Amino acid sequence: MGVTDTAAPALKLPAAPSALARLLPFLGLLAGALLLPFSGNDYWALIATRACIYWVLVSGLNLIVGYAGQLAIGYVAILALGAYTASVLAAGNVLPALPSFAALGCAGLVGAVFGVVVGLPALRLRTFYFAMTTLGFATIVTQIALAWQDVTGGGIGIPGPEMPAPLDTPWGYYLFCLGAAALCTWLTANIAGSRFGRALVAVRDAEVAAEACGVAKPRLLVQVFLLAGALAGIAGGLFATLQSYITPDAFTFDLSLLFFIAVLIGGRGSILGPLLGTILLTLLPEVAAPLAAWSTFLYAALLLVIVLAIPGGIAALLDFRSRRALPEGRAVQPRPEALATLLGHHREARGAIELRGVVLAFGAVRAIDGLDLDLRPGEVHGLIGPNGSGKTTTLNVISGYYRPQQGSLTLAGAPLPAGRPALRAPQGIARTFQTPRLVGEATVLQNVMVGATVEGRSTFLEALFQLPRQRREEREMEARARLALAAAGLAGLADVRADRLQHSELRFMEIARALMLRPAFLMLDEPAAGLATEEIKRLGALIRAIAAQGTGVLLVEHHADLIFDICDRVTVLNLGRELAAGTPAEIRTHKEVVSAYLGG
Amino acid sequence: MLASILASGLAVGAVYALIGITYNTMFATSRVMSFTAGQLGMLGGVLGSLFILRLGLPVLPGLVLTLAACALLGVVTEIVAVRPVLKSLDQHLYVLSTLALALMIQHTAALEWSTEPQPFPRLIGLGEGIWEEKYWLPVAACAATILGLEYLYRRTLVGRAFVAIAEDNYAARALGLPERNLRMASYALAGAIGALAGFAGGQLLLAFFANGPLLNFYGFIPVALGGLGNNRGAVIGGLALGLFQQAANFLVGGIFSSVAVFTLFILVLLAAPQGLFGAAAARRV
Repeated sequence: MGVTDTAAPALKLPAAPSALARLLPFLGLLAGALLLPFSGNDYWALIATRACIYWVLVSGLNLIVGYAGQLAIGYVAILALGAYTASVLAAGNVLPALPSFAALGCAGLVGAVFGVVVGLPALRLRTFYFAMTTLGFATIVTQIALAWQDVTGGGIGIPGPEMPAPLDTPWGYYLFCLGAAALCTWLTANIAGSRFGRALVAVRDAEVAAEACGVAKPRLLVQVFLLAGALAGIAGGLFATLQSYITPDAFTFDLSLLFFIAVLIGGRGSILGPLLGTILLTLLPEVAAPLAAWSTFLYAALLLVIVLAIPGGIAALLDFRSRRALPEGRAVQPRPEALATLLGHHREARGAIELRGVVLAFGAVRAIDGLDLDLRPGEVHGLIGPNGSGKTTTLNVISGYYRPQQGSLTLAGAPLPAGRPALRAPQGIARTFQTPRLVGEATVLQNVMVGATVEGRSTFLEALFQLPRQRREEREMEARARLALAAAGLAGLADVRADRLQHSELRFMEIARALMLRPAFLMLDEPAAGLATEEIKRLGALIRAIAAQGTGVLLVEHHADLIFDICDRVTVLNLGRELAAGTPAEIRTHKEVVSAYLGG
Repeated sequence: MLASILASGLAVGAVYALIGITYNTMFATSRVMSFTAGQLGMLGGVLGSLFILRLGLPVLPGLVLTLAACALLGVVTEIVAVRPVLKSLDQHLYVLSTLALALMIQHTAALEWSTEPQPFPRLIGLGEGIWEEKYWLPVAACAATILGLEYLYRRTLVGRAFVAIAEDNYAARALGLPERNLRMASYALAGAIGALAGFAGGQLLLAFFANGPLLNFYGFIPVALGGLGNNRGAVIGGLALGLFQQAANFLVGGIFSSVAVFTLFILVLLAAPQGLFGAAAARRV
């Protein structure tokens, strides 16, 4: 694919850092951690082991808080559950005693189950509800640990599981926990860098667009809750061994706060930031011993300062690349010739999308009032009309956001389920939005790759362990995304943060994201709004080239020139009804249209 | 037994309902759910005990000072934790900023007051058994608050302005209502209501810093059940929660009653995400 190489814009942009450069901070931390035992100071071993165990929990929590944006503030509850599960099973005061490692595994299982239970409300409800359920859960778990004396020992407590040699020395146990922490870093970084991680961020920042790309939020979140819960449970088991004796007092809400704030100090959507945050917060009370009593107050004050002053956290402070200025006077230069490779073997459109007698009313307003519309493969169909005539509403009905009260919506004769936007992408229906919906903190490339989420075949587990199929898919997706960006004229900006793009560039980025699906139907909602005349011309050529590959295009637009230039057929709406339909030539001379809308 | 379940259930239920109303009062003018609601309830108990028992003030001045202090704290909440993040409401930063402030309040209470539950004084000394004042006082406070709010919202200009802002913020501002001052006033009002909840329930819950997160959670359940911003729903939900919790307490014991409440909460939320009396979600696209 020589297309990308010959990309015209002669822009000098900062290259993406190489894999080694991104690994370097982690390797540095690991090297430092490995040197620590040579100090011979057992107290440091305790602190460093604690930091490792906290990171086992925080690394999973980071996917929930930092990536998915779900505010889980009570994760100490799962730590406590894991600690008690491991201790009770190892002590054998309920069932026959288990070996310590088996008990640790059970702690992970229990953690995973409760991670999902606590997370259930997050699947359907607003953020605050999830924060509340995790908080309530944290309160309840401590109460139960206190009251259920037969099993937990109540306020007196219970001994933690003992590890066999050579893990029974401070430094031996430290190295074991360090290994666990390193493993967790690798695992969660794998998820973060996979289509699952990109979908999490998309759900956080652009939920509607994520749905249009076919991201199934409940399924995605449950998988992440399972992983984070398991890690927190295992961290609990490790914590119980480190403490050697656990009581409900060990699991105060302060600890939960530490985990939560470590992620926020670190910054959203980063692995390194929260890792540094965890180390920092674990060391803080040791360094500032006289302030130990006020540590919770300090954490809370820190949280307030971060939220109000540096919402980006450490990760934003370390992101030097995004502070370099982008070149001025960039122009989007779409390369339609890349489309043949990109869309060459796209999903064959099996037939037309047909709307028959669709009626949709908001209260007393009939936004669509008995509309018939055919969208055929390989055709550009223009939808015009004055503001409030039902253009975007029609698009939202087709893409499944609205459920019409009457009428039918079919693709190749089979009904398209109403009100289920996430089911459109698997049918090969892609769209863009009137206001670009994107993940500002992710790169343009990552934003575009979200578009092909439904085509990912490798499972969450394969992504977790970077198995071959996952790596192969990831390479294919990236190559396709670069091709889509080349086609949309943004090849040079692939590695730039999306929130640094100009408005016109974002419009083309949304088209690239939609093209990732290799769609049978593409619906564009005012793609020319805010574009310069020259850019509109290039957009028109791009749309024609897309249709030439067999994709059916629905174009909602106000620019009459663009519509008449490139459309095969045009429907004019007025007050939710069809005013006229036909070829551009027929519409241009249609009396009512001219008087009502074109003003000629 | 039934009588004591009813008495204690309605009493704690009334406290939960009042905390729910505290959430709603702040939510109405700012669209923000603030974690300080439960802390205000906690402070009602702690400050009441401080003013009356420790400083020896008479009951009425003690009550007035408690309400005033919490109203002031409400205004501080608005300035420090709510106003700066209102611009980006969709990022939910208010969850973090109000949580931070709530924890600062709670921790200060733990260090400067006591980490152990402290006694709360008898206020009137009327009634005994299930008619003891610690049972009927919260219910009376709840009834008085509802009547007061009804009067405020229906009969006074300020109250109608609150309703206007809650209904449509932009339209209210376009009409020239001083949105920011009204918001601060509603936070002060919420502070007083929360303090009243803790004060009236003081003999039941004692003056204890850890009541904060507890009231946060149990006061939120009526809001979630009744629908955000719906005071009638909060009262019904609060009383139902109190009765359910106390009944479970008597029947299956303390541990399982909190498990039962938590399970019920999650199940109801999954079945009726908008609450039992809530309105449908807004358009997203």
